[in-house]
Amino acid sequence: MSLGFIMMCHTALDRAAQVARYWAEDACPVVIHVDRRTPPADYERLVRSLADLENVSFSRRRACEWGTWSLVAATQDAAMQLLQRHHDVRHFYLASGACLPLRPIGELKAYLDARPQTDFIESVTTSDVVWTIGGLHEERFSLRFPFSWRKQRRLFDAYVALQRRLGVNRKVPLGLEPHLGSQWWCLTRQTLSAILEDPNRPRFDAYFRRVWIPDESYFQTLARQYSISVESRSLTLSKFDYLGKPHIFYDDHLQLLRRSDCFVARKIWPHADRLYSAFLTRQIDQGARAEPNPGKIDRLFAMAVERRTRGRAGLYMQSRFPRRDHENGKTSAPYSVFHGFSDLFENFDLWLTKVIGCRAHGHIFGPDGVEFAGGETVFNGALSDSAKLRDYNPQSFLTNLVWNTRGERQCFQFSPRDNQACNWFMATDPNAQISVISGAWAVPLFRSNLNFSEIRKEAARLQKIETEHLHILRTMYVKARTRIWTMAEFIESPMEALQPIVDEIRPRAHRQLTEAPRLVELAGFGQFLQNLKNQGMQPTLMGDFPVSVESRPAPERGRPFIVR
Amino acid sequence: MSVWDRYRLRWRRKKLRYRAYRRRRQLDPVRLRTASIARNAILVAAVLRNERSLLPYFLRYYRQLGVDHFLIVDNGSDDGSREYLEAQSDVSLWHTTASYKSARFGVDWLNWILMRNGVGHWVLTVDIDEFFIYPFCDTRPIRALTDWLDTYRLRSFPALVVDMYPKGHVDQTPYREGQNPFEIADHFDSGNYMISRNPLYQNLWIQGGPRARTMFADAPHNAPSLNKIPLVKWRWPDCYASSTHMLLPRSLNQVYDEWGGEKASGCLLHAKFISTLGAKVAEELARREHFAESREYLAYSETLRSGESLWCKWSEKYVNWRQLEILGLMSKGNWA
Repeated sequence: MSLGFIMMCHTALDRAAQVARYWAEDACPVVIHVDRRTPPADYERLVRSLADLENVSFSRRRACEWGTWSLVAATQDAAMQLLQRHHDVRHFYLASGACLPLRPIGELKAYLDARPQTDFIESVTTSDVVWTIGGLHEERFSLRFPFSWRKQRRLFDAYVALQRRLGVNRKVPLGLEPHLGSQWWCLTRQTLSAILEDPNRPRFDAYFRRVWIPDESYFQTLARQYSISVESRSLTLSKFDYLGKPHIFYDDHLQLLRRSDCFVARKIWPHADRLYSAFLTRQIDQGARAEPNPGKIDRLFAMAVERRTRGRAGLYMQSRFPRRDHENGKTSAPYSVFHGFSDLFENFDLWLTKVIGCRAHGHIFGPDGVEFAGGETVFNGALSDSAKLRDYNPQSFLTNLVWNTRGERQCFQFSPRDNQACNWFMATDPNAQISVISGAWAVPLFRSNLNFSEIRKEAARLQKIETEHLHILRTMYVKARTRIWTMAEFIESPMEALQPIVDEIRPRAHRQLTEAPRLVELAGFGQFLQNLKNQGMQPTLMGDFPVSVESRPAPERGRPFIVR
Repeated sequence: MSVWDRYRLRWRRKKLRYRAYRRRRQLDPVRLRTASIARNAILVAAVLRNERSLLPYFLRYYRQLGVDHFLIVDNGSDDGSREYLEAQSDVSLWHTTASYKSARFGVDWLNWILMRNGVGHWVLTVDIDEFFIYPFCDTRPIRALTDWLDTYRLRSFPALVVDMYPKGHVDQTPYREGQNPFEIADHFDSGNYMISRNPLYQNLWIQGGPRARTMFADAPHNAPSLNKIPLVKWRWPDCYASSTHMLLPRSLNQVYDEWGGEKASGCLLHAKFISTLGAKVAEELARREHFAESREYLAYSETLRSGESLWCKWSEKYVNWRQLEILGLMSKGNWA
């Protein structure tokens, strides 16, 4: 029993000739269809180059247009020719000019001999199909498609719209159930001849002539009518991306293709010399060794599609610059913003470094430059500490910082004195953890050596900025994990407030904080606020501070802290 | 896009093309082999001045990628570049002594040459010190890329300029003719690029890298643009609008995805910071033919004089395109 090939070609005919010769020399008859729009000179050359093989023949040439009936008609002609001329053929394999056999013919024959009545054709009902292009599912079968999608797109779309309006609903003849699937199949003589010699064929043909992409549905639907046993998969390894374009194989896929154990792959890049020379040299026949296993290739291409459609979260680059709110991850990793903490505690960043075990930055948005951890002037990714460069594009700065340090959580200090340009960005970023002690900006003013009129002015400015920031953090758009305390609330019990923040950063460590950060000296702060009030400025963000704060016991340094 | 914008850009494009047409007389054909360009040949187009020492490597590099023909304008070289190029069988050479600046930094000349010779071809427009890197460039020739772009009907392909620099001072290791410049200049900045969008032309404007970090930290706005679209399937109406940073019609500038995905992109490794820089800076400062009163060259001369290195401890040592992909400077997109 033999195996016959039907080859559909339109370009790279020299490669098609190579493959056809490979099959034909292994006693597999081949019928080749060449698109009529291929230049006659190329066609002549192909015919001449295969003239010495008497089991290679050429079928009637038709002009083939993607997605139209012409492809099915050409296949029918070629299949008929193969059926009639080669009576010993049992399995008919439909391949294209860009296909490449990966395993010796003997193995494919052995595989088919073990399954003599099985038709290998991917065939899925329309409701289960997810890969269709152009948003047409059931409508493929219920509307008419006389226009080319590629060349007459406007007419195509207009005609579809018109038919929808008119409520056109074609009936599928004789109760066929439409099925879809890959156009590369392998059918038995029984099934194929039943399809082609069916007395109802004119009716089916007339119906499918106006179906959208009939080459993916004609044989797939009719095979279900006659086949004894349908194996709904294609023996040809052929992967399509999200736009319906076939993935292409190159020389560097050699090992991947070898290990896939598939029989035939498409589409091969015509200039992939190494692939053609490796797979078209006679290989040692190893019998029916393994089932095709394209898992690795599937994963590779699935990843490529994922990269094209979703991209890498938090990456902004020359070919990925998402519009706002379409980022699919505004930043690449979680980070923490500590607003006001450095004003209230001495060396808060050092304490944080110790507790969390990461490098905590100072005020990276500070007005005098970027305060990277450890006083670095350049940071990961050669990020500069220049305030001017940062302020030129603060959002790029922040996303770069998080991207460059993937795998290491970034923590930094923030205050109303800093550049506020990223406030909305951070508030709407699910990766951000923002903890705010409102009003803490007043502490450095309280401890400063400025004239009181300057202090008053500065306090009014900072209060305005912080109020705006808090307003952002309280809108319904916030996606960040935010915690906001007034300063008075916070110093009431700082460790209860800090513990959940740290737990969130290090969820697995689950250690009780033993060492508290050291609070700055606040004696007289209440009076300071009262003085601001007396000068006509209303400090509202600190919460309720009594005028004499001296009675409040500040947490002692180094005291072990116990919650339970 | 408003009708007014469309009209404006259309006029802009017509004007640029007319400029290119008028400047055609500035170009003297020295040795034209354009008749030998095959129908689907891949072309490289470039303008150069005194690049004799880099040329052998440049030609070798692009021939290895599978480029079929070079279209080169020699802007008054006196170091033998012209004679060298004349002798190459796959180079078509024009010569001009006209002002580089008044030809909009050579773009008018290139537009004219591409109008005449580029239509229907994939054209890679680069400087002599720019070396094109694309996904899989170590295993697949450039035709694999252009064929792939053809199947998606894509007509332009972006590449970020990545400034390469040596670990020590620029003058430290002399560059030998024919040598791979990235054996010397083997470091780059991986993560300090700043991006914004040009609302009219819709291209991305990218600045950053070592030049912004060291020379333009106080005037970031003036830092050189690093976004380029060097590879284009040229059609009759196309033209470069500003260097190879942007094109008209502006649909060619839409080389980036706006909905979260990544399109495929490459890099141009920039071999400026090697020992040949000193002589070039001296000459260019005398000529003042470069962009914005040659402020870049002023900055270079400052750097050279101070003996400062562009290298810092976070500089990345160049390995291959996969490294650039992982770092996020370029992307494979859905090419696998």
